Amino acid sequence: MDFTELIEMIESSPSGQANSAPKSAGDKKPEPPSAIIGSSISRVDGPLKTTGTARYASDYHLPRMVYAVPVCATISNGVILSLDTSKAESMPGVLHVMRHENIAPLFRTSPGGARSGRTSESRPPLDDNSVYYWGQYVALAVAETFQQAQSAAEAVKVTYQSSKPNVSTKLDETIPATGQPGGPHVESTRGKPQEAFDAAPIKLDATYVTPAETHNPMEMHATVADWQHSETGGDKVILYESSQGIVNHANVMAQHLGIPRENVQIVSKFIGSGFGCKLFPWPHSALAATASRKLGRPVKLTLSRKMMFSNVGHRPLTQQRMRLATDSQGKLVSLQQDYRNHTSHVDDIRENCGEATPFLYSVPNLQVTSALMKRNVGTPTPMRGPGAVPGLFALESAVDELAIQLKMDPVQFRLNHDTLIDEEKNKPFSSRHLKECLELGCDKFGWSKRTPAVGSMRKGDLILGWGVACASWGAGRGNSEAVVALRADGTARVSSGTQDPGTGTYTVVAQILSDKTGIPTDRIEVVLGDSSLVPGPMSGGSTATASVIPSVAEAARQAIQAVCVNAVRARTSPFFGKDPTTLAMTNGRIHAKGDKPETGTPFQDILRMASVAAAVGEGKTGPAASENKAAADHSMHSFGAQFVEVEWDPGIARLRVSRVVSVVDGGRILNKKTATNQMAGAVVMGVGMGLFEETIYDPRNGHAVNDNFADYIVPTIADMPQIDVHFLDIPDPFIGEYGARGIGEIGLAGVAPAITAAVYHATGVRVRQLPVRIEDLLTTA
Amino acid sequence: MDAFQFSRATTVSQAVQSGSGSQTSQQGADVRFVAGGTTLIDLMKLRVERPRIVVDINGLPLDKVEPTPSGGLAVGALVRNADLAQHPTVKQSYTVLSEALLSGASPQLRNMATTGGNLLQRTRCVYFRDTAHACNKREPGTGCSAIDGHNRMLAILGTSAECIATNPSDMNVALTALEATIQIQGVKGPRSVPIHDFFLLPGSTPQRENVLEPGDLITGVTLPPPVPGTRSLYLKLRDRAAYEFALASAAIVIKAPGGRVEYARVALGGVGTRPWRSLEAEKALVGRPASPASFRHAAEMALKDAHPHSENGFKVELAKRCIVRALTTATV
Repeated sequence: MDFTELIEMIESSPSGQANSAPKSAGDKKPEPPSAIIGSSISRVDGPLKTTGTARYASDYHLPRMVYAVPVCATISNGVILSLDTSKAESMPGVLHVMRHENIAPLFRTSPGGARSGRTSESRPPLDDNSVYYWGQYVALAVAETFQQAQSAAEAVKVTYQSSKPNVSTKLDETIPATGQPGGPHVESTRGKPQEAFDAAPIKLDATYVTPAETHNPMEMHATVADWQHSETGGDKVILYESSQGIVNHANVMAQHLGIPRENVQIVSKFIGSGFGCKLFPWPHSALAATASRKLGRPVKLTLSRKMMFSNVGHRPLTQQRMRLATDSQGKLVSLQQDYRNHTSHVDDIRENCGEATPFLYSVPNLQVTSALMKRNVGTPTPMRGPGAVPGLFALESAVDELAIQLKMDPVQFRLNHDTLIDEEKNKPFSSRHLKECLELGCDKFGWSKRTPAVGSMRKGDLILGWGVACASWGAGRGNSEAVVALRADGTARVSSGTQDPGTGTYTVVAQILSDKTGIPTDRIEVVLGDSSLVPGPMSGGSTATASVIPSVAEAARQAIQAVCVNAVRARTSPFFGKDPTTLAMTNGRIHAKGDKPETGTPFQDILRMASVAAAVGEGKTGPAASENKAAADHSMHSFGAQFVEVEWDPGIARLRVSRVVSVVDGGRILNKKTATNQMAGAVVMGVGMGLFEETIYDPRNGHAVNDNFADYIVPTIADMPQIDVHFLDIPDPFIGEYGARGIGEIGLAGVAPAITAAVYHATGVRVRQLPVRIEDLLTTA
Repeated sequence: MDAFQFSRATTVSQAVQSGSGSQTSQQGADVRFVAGGTTLIDLMKLRVERPRIVVDINGLPLDKVEPTPSGGLAVGALVRNADLAQHPTVKQSYTVLSEALLSGASPQLRNMATTGGNLLQRTRCVYFRDTAHACNKREPGTGCSAIDGHNRMLAILGTSAECIATNPSDMNVALTALEATIQIQGVKGPRSVPIHDFFLLPGSTPQRENVLEPGDLITGVTLPPPVPGTRSLYLKLRDRAAYEFALASAAIVIKAPGGRVEYARVALGGVGTRPWRSLEAEKALVGRPASPASFRHAAEMALKDAHPHSENGFKVELAKRCIVRALTTATV
């Protein structure tokens, strides 16, 4: 599978079909939203989380439940010669040891077609005796207790025939020429980039490397599988999961297990974050399901932190050659990005490093190429800002280097190349305010006080370094359905088969329904995280919010219409016999259009007069162009600017990020509190990417040797800079009525290159391979 | 984790009796004492430690910090790291120890970890901690995976052809600079071992990390009276700002009246196979001016026998800078 464009995949997802007709550009603008949109309300599910009552996947304890623990390969390339389970099977409480020879068939997913779904690793678990990466599941022990299963897994004896693995971090192998089979693939091209480069007076040719990174959400992956055998056929399985895409998960599992889609139910009520590694199902889910099928008992399988480093994806290593050239005036004339990323032996995963390159800056001659290098690692998967984040590390580092070469302020260099036209697609941007992001950032950060010479800024005994980088992430919107019930007790319920990965989806859905109905959020029940609901969007690519809110708004409108119809039909209603289209609902009251809302009747009174329990509306919405044809004529992206200060103590080579100003143009911000929280979290993740994170594979055996939180380091509270988040909060006129684009990824984009730019400014050392390490800087006095 | 027998000792002699049944008190011991459990339970989960019997010593009366008749301080083996770090006498008179303790681990771990347990903290070498790899410390004779492997965090001083594992403790480095004495109750009675003699170099027997024999129980640590006029401090350098082991650290006790060094104790962490007392640096300092040049010279002396490997060569310079900064800060 060649997986490149996350957003394109989401927008073309087959679930759902718009039931609202496309509007032409001439339609009048919707009413401005109420004060709840953009307010800083706390998460509606916050109390459940802070009191420990929110149930995550591994919190489900079902009657007669048993435990499964995988046996993980200790080679990364070879075959299993023997797998002796006799000791394990004789241990107390052990029910079953599953391996290739005795596993019930697990099928591959079929490409194309309705409900096709996307899995993570195309090879089903225990499919054969081959081993492609360290940690790959080779058997599964199931026992009455977790400890018994763990002991049994440890007692399984495996012998291997091991071949030399390749986990090299140098992606330098010789491959055919660009465009030839097996050679680099041209992702984007215009003009004559090579000729322009060759002829230009000022050039930069540098290679940037970002390491393999492991997502490591706090909550580890877990599946509780409850297979319910049916005497009459039609077995059903419920999978309690930690999933960023329950609808896709159900589609995939139906295919893996070879049962009808309606017989698979995925429940994922709360997610301890995912960052992409919970977008698509991983092999443990099918293993737990098939074990439950075999044993007729619920099975719980929870990954260890160690397994999180090998079995559930990672951001792949990238190596990116950047060639940039300007004319003598400093005007960019050529931009070339030739990148490679590693992938696994079982899947071709392209890390789309050229996501932002073709349109971020104005340049007449450009080419982006990509190539994949097979390594003995697990299958990579999207990690926050897939492609764009490592791609922008290369692009923004190169731009900084070029600006320095030109003796030009790096902000000014970027402003000089700002454009309101996407030069790749030759379309205007729907709403691009990169210039405003840079200007606001300069103001908030105090950029005008920067002196450009290396090591020229001080704070006491410390040297300060200031750096800047731009950010971008595509804006997408896909299919979504939602159901709204306005109930006779004065409450409302809204449901959709999407999920909240911890970012605040429950909360923004409640806000939208409150905005449309005037019902306060504490009287709104939001039901998500269950594939038996109408299908909602995946929580990926920063598209969930933009996708789900139109369907909620549409369902709310339909439900309000249903109340109005009740209002004109109920004999005791003050609106009896009137035309329902003359009525409106404001602040929870039905009233004649033109009358003051206070003169109206509470909707629940209308419903009681009509003796109905609830007025129900359904919303089915699609990509932005399905609502507004003009959206297709625009290029939709979010933009941002990151300003970073580092403190450098050369005497002891101590570097700390001390201050970050993050400015984001993400369309309208629906909830400032949850949005700011996401941005600040992304900055911290960016500090990790810049200074700490790297999954280290031992070249002799392919083991990610730092597979724990003591050796794979991420920022602690003590590493956290002062973080100052600003939103431009300018609604995107083409993405939907609220103009909200989604902000999951963009906060991370640009942080790492702003850090390395600041490091250069402080130390004079240009770090082109992340993370920045003490040993990179120790050479300077 | 393997199944094990669990018991609670109510007296020191009962604990010693239980421990004496072990064939060794070093790697592979089949009887282990557990106090805070922050190292032992971790390693048991990884199956690096697989004791048959675990004896809980938390009920023993070893949790006091008391002055000694000579003006020093006796610290019970069960005194928690958090309590020791905040003890008024430690903060005031043994600052280096308080600072070292607070630089280690996390508050949660410091609340559990004990003085005796910290002395026996095991290396963080990734190959020691994963039974899929060869390790001479864990399984003598199988080879060292670290020498040609991922060794960025590992030792550059006191290494051997068999092992380059770092002693990870911060507390031990401070205790070394303070010339602490380890109090041990053994089968044959109590004995005292100076900390400098307590830890062993790996040599050809990296599985032996200290002088403890089966049945030996650390009952406490004795600090000598503070040397009048000295200042002490602990400086720890690492990639992130908290909750990480040292790349290099220095514990300094120094007295330099009128700008001339009269007394100096220098111990290093993060670079040695044991807490690293640098007699060379101390010798280079005493009688010399408290100046950048003599500090740098002392640092050069401390690292002159450093033997780096593929990824940790930077530690040589980093450790030198750590020493210079610590000495500078302690003498301004």
